[in-house]
Amino acid sequence: MELTLLNALIAVSIAIGFVALNAAYLVWAERRGAGRIQRRPGPNINGPLGLLQPPLDGIKLMAKQLIIPGGADKALFIAAPVLAMVPAIMSFVTIPFSDVIIAHDLNIGILVIFAFASMGSISLLFAGWSSRNKYAVMSAMRAVSQAIAYEIPMLITVITVVLIAGSMSLTDIVQTQKGGIWNWYVFPFRSGLFNPLMLMSFLIFFICALAETNRAPFDLGEAESELVAGFHTEYGSMGFGLFFMGEYANIVIGACLTTILFLGGWDCPFGLYPGVWWFIIKIYLIIATIIWIRWTFPRTTIYGLLNLSWKILIPLSLFNLLLTAALLKVL
Amino acid sequence: MVSYFSEIFSGLWSLVVGLAITFREFFSPAVTVQYPYQTLKMPPRFRGHIQLIADEEGNPNCIVCMMCQRACPSGCISLAGKKEEGQKKKVLTKYVLDFTTCSLCGSCVEACNFNALEFSGEYKLASTRKEDYIIDLKKRLEENNS
Repeated sequence: MELTLLNALIAVSIAIGFVALNAAYLVWAERRGAGRIQRRPGPNINGPLGLLQPPLDGIKLMAKQLIIPGGADKALFIAAPVLAMVPAIMSFVTIPFSDVIIAHDLNIGILVIFAFASMGSISLLFAGWSSRNKYAVMSAMRAVSQAIAYEIPMLITVITVVLIAGSMSLTDIVQTQKGGIWNWYVFPFRSGLFNPLMLMSFLIFFICALAETNRAPFDLGEAESELVAGFHTEYGSMGFGLFFMGEYANIVIGACLTTILFLGGWDCPFGLYPGVWWFIIKIYLIIATIIWIRWTFPRTTIYGLLNLSWKILIPLSLFNLLLTAALLKVL
Repeated sequence: MVSYFSEIFSGLWSLVVGLAITFREFFSPAVTVQYPYQTLKMPPRFRGHIQLIADEEGNPNCIVCMMCQRACPSGCISLAGKKEEGQKKKVLTKYVLDFTTCSLCGSCVEACNFNALEFSGEYKLASTRKEDYIIDLKKRLEENNS
């Protein structure tokens, strides 16, 4: 597909629509799921099964006034929520939903996504710094130290996958996992590569994806028992709404990446009708797991969080990188 | 080195145990009562405001002995009766409870010797007007009968 202005506009509007729809209805799914886990029904009044809850919440948020606190850095304060949302949408440009549904296939797709993911933590820093609120600043510091700590093991596991696939294009990475569940990188038991530690790498990547999106049990950036609401303490109205949507968009991206890198993308586990539906099934299974995890585990401490990354995840992922490189050389 | 790995594995296992618990809870039925749509029956010893007890014909058991009025520490009960001609007992003509000062102490129910007074199960008592708490219990009994 050639790159024209019209194509780009269509791709961006589809991406924004997909993100907005997902953000809205993941909030619904999260609240229903939390309700089920806590043995209560969750939102069920507005519309059938409470399905009208997200648009009504959106209308409520939009109807509110955007208050900028006195002494805040106005430009950064306004830029931060937009910056939280933009990289989340931009990342969808390179994510392949199937071999034909992809906005623009870059040969360094995975690098682009991680570059955008890093921009996400800048938006948190902007929000925390510009709010002129000590809790917001503390939360921003935590979020950034967390992002740095968890980007390292995440990137190391990604390098492991890139080593096996021999490409940084997301489409190529999926193509090399074709042909059933035993070819996926979560446990690649095929000739030329018997690496039982890939399951561990998958777990490390998943944990890092949770931490990167600031989700429970790693939601130290917005630990409400300690920091009011963290970096978005001073945000009301749609400023808060954008942060919220950005968080859910990041969850979708995390799920997409996990699917692409480890679970074979749009490949069917037993070779039947590979296509976009398998991709959708996989990402929503992962998202359901993420929601399930959020409502199961309590929040970790900041020390526990950093210890987990530096003492466990980084050494183990480094070891698997070495092992994979050796296996690729020997076998 | 051994403790490093055993810690990792025991930690991971504890996470799996936790996930299994929430998984079971997810598929168990919800226990919430959806209040405005569903209500629970009030337990028999619930203390709502007082109400009159009727006999089989629907007339109040009360014989207007005034024991409840005298027992009330806040003076929130006022009742009146008159003796019809040719009848032995007095008949209740008015029984008004001023719920604004009632503290639900239950002295009136205890003082009643004729099984004429009990606690009701009424709990929907929110109102913006004071007059709503001046409750005519005789009228209430008649409305309940009809």
